[in-house]
Amino acid sequence: MSGGALGKVYQDGEIIVRQGDHGESMFVIQAGQVEVVAEREGEETLLRVAQAGELLGEMAIFEKQPRSATLRALGEAKVLTIDKKNFMRRINEDPTIAFRILETMSHRVRELSNEIVRLKAEK
Amino acid sequence: MWNPRPVGTDTKGNMSSTDWVETLDLGEIAEMPAAGSDALTLVDGSRVAVIGGGPAGSIFSYFLLEMATRVGLELNVDIIEPRDFERPAPIGCNMCGGIISESLVQNLATEGINLPGKVVQRGIDSYMLHMDVGSVRIATPLQEMRIGAVTRGPGPRDVKEMKWESFDHHLLKRSIEAGAKVVQGRVDHVDWTDGRPQVRTKGNLPETYDLVAVAMGVNSPGLKLFETLGLGYERPSSTKTLIREYYLGEEVINRTLGSSMHVFLLDIPRLEFAAIIPKGDYVSMCLLGEDIDNALVEEFVNTPEVQGCMPPEWKADARSCQCMPRIAVQGVKKPFADRVVFIGDCGVTRLYKDGIGAAYRTSKAAARTAVFEGISEEAFRQGYLPACRTIANDNLIGKVTFLATRVIQKTRFARRAVLRMTKKEQQKEGHRRRMSSVLWDMFSGSAPYKDIFLRTLHPAFLGGLSWSLLTSVIPASKKKKTEGAKK
Repeated sequence: MSGGALGKVYQDGEIIVRQGDHGESMFVIQAGQVEVVAEREGEETLLRVAQAGELLGEMAIFEKQPRSATLRALGEAKVLTIDKKNFMRRINEDPTIAFRILETMSHRVRELSNEIVRLKAEK
Repeated sequence: MWNPRPVGTDTKGNMSSTDWVETLDLGEIAEMPAAGSDALTLVDGSRVAVIGGGPAGSIFSYFLLEMATRVGLELNVDIIEPRDFERPAPIGCNMCGGIISESLVQNLATEGINLPGKVVQRGIDSYMLHMDVGSVRIATPLQEMRIGAVTRGPGPRDVKEMKWESFDHHLLKRSIEAGAKVVQGRVDHVDWTDGRPQVRTKGNLPETYDLVAVAMGVNSPGLKLFETLGLGYERPSSTKTLIREYYLGEEVINRTLGSSMHVFLLDIPRLEFAAIIPKGDYVSMCLLGEDIDNALVEEFVNTPEVQGCMPPEWKADARSCQCMPRIAVQGVKKPFADRVVFIGDCGVTRLYKDGIGAAYRTSKAAARTAVFEGISEEAFRQGYLPACRTIANDNLIGKVTFLATRVIQKTRFARRAVLRMTKKEQQKEGHRRRMSSVLWDMFSGSAPYKDIFLRTLHPAFLGGLSWSLLTSVIPASKKKKTEGAKK
């Protein structure tokens, strides 16, 4: 596939990580798209479709909690795994590497806030 | 590209409850006076010269501008580079094996700098270790392409088709997108005027800057300009390497070398380490050793181990190009002064491995210091020196680990033991691969040497190695006894 020589290729529908799994890594999409899906009582809710270049699964780096959502390839996707150990070693040496993660998390909180406002308005 | 959004307000101009991260006023931090001198800070309109447009220069410029934007600082950054990374052969070549380590790939991706398929000619997912006692493949547990094989320029002298973008050009483009300006030329004079550095490129008038970041390689004659500037700077001590490029074609490489980097631990006098790195249509052969010359290369290329991994039709003398660049082996003690900082190879780099990874670390530390702490000698001592010291101290441990590798290289039963232990680990799924991970990180340069060294002190590693050494020695002594009895 075009768009990136690094990472691992996942076929359409292939699970990258499953909700509830224990995680020690985050991911950067090198090519293609990835679905972020939450499962509750056997029902799936599509939270968003992540694009190439996006960081995913970053919460597992900072929290000792199971994965909050399933990541699944939408079409063929190439995904690079970022090790927690490598990342923590680097953040210890250079805290500014976290700028982008803070930005990503901030962006997600903003999106969630907007979603709450939209849902409340619909009631 | 990483585009910071306007802070503090939503699309209607209202503050939201989630703006706590974005409203953090980093501008105040930037305006704090630098330790030692209030005047030696970057301010709006400050001019920065970056001498050298390789990875160190581009990464420094990119992060300097990116962090300056975050704190609302407008800087003018000139990258002075004589080479053209879009042209093949020496004019665009930076003389390097072209391996982007696992840790650097991850760090850049986390920073938002993803390397596209146009730049990474081949993703590497394993190492093939070749010794006279046998070969073993060491694969990444994640089955991922985690190392990038690139060329620093667009390709060797006889490149047939410009299929890929050079790594250096890709990074340079990112720094241009961030706002840097490239001045194509060679610096031929450096001086001081009113306490500020003055830089002249060949055929042009001198330009005065507030800060000069020197990002030259150790092979650059231009470093001499700084050795005579009265800063107390002396270029790092270095050793000679040899790099050869061979055209094999993508299909042949896929069939033979595949997506593995081939490393050789051979008991050849004067040869420390050798590797064959598959790229797109070419392979790079890199040799490290004492007084490398063509005779040593001939001995290496004619070994059965090299002949065995290259295609049968390959001829060792049919190379596309060859260079013998020097690599730094010991960093400089004080890679900074007021308004001057030395980054990448001409400052402090990693011993033998992951030079580009070290360039990323030192360049970013220098950029961070310049934006947040100042550009005085004292500011660099506080903010930049710790990053250099971490690398330099780790190199001391690296020397010990390379000494151990040398012992293995010279001792046949030790080579057999390493092979036995690694093969056993690679055959077992789900088990901790202690020797494999040590070798992987030694060859790829992905982990600090201290980490690798500490892993070799683990009782399980020592136990496994002792057992492998024992089983490697016993057959040899039994054989001797049998031979003795026959006599």
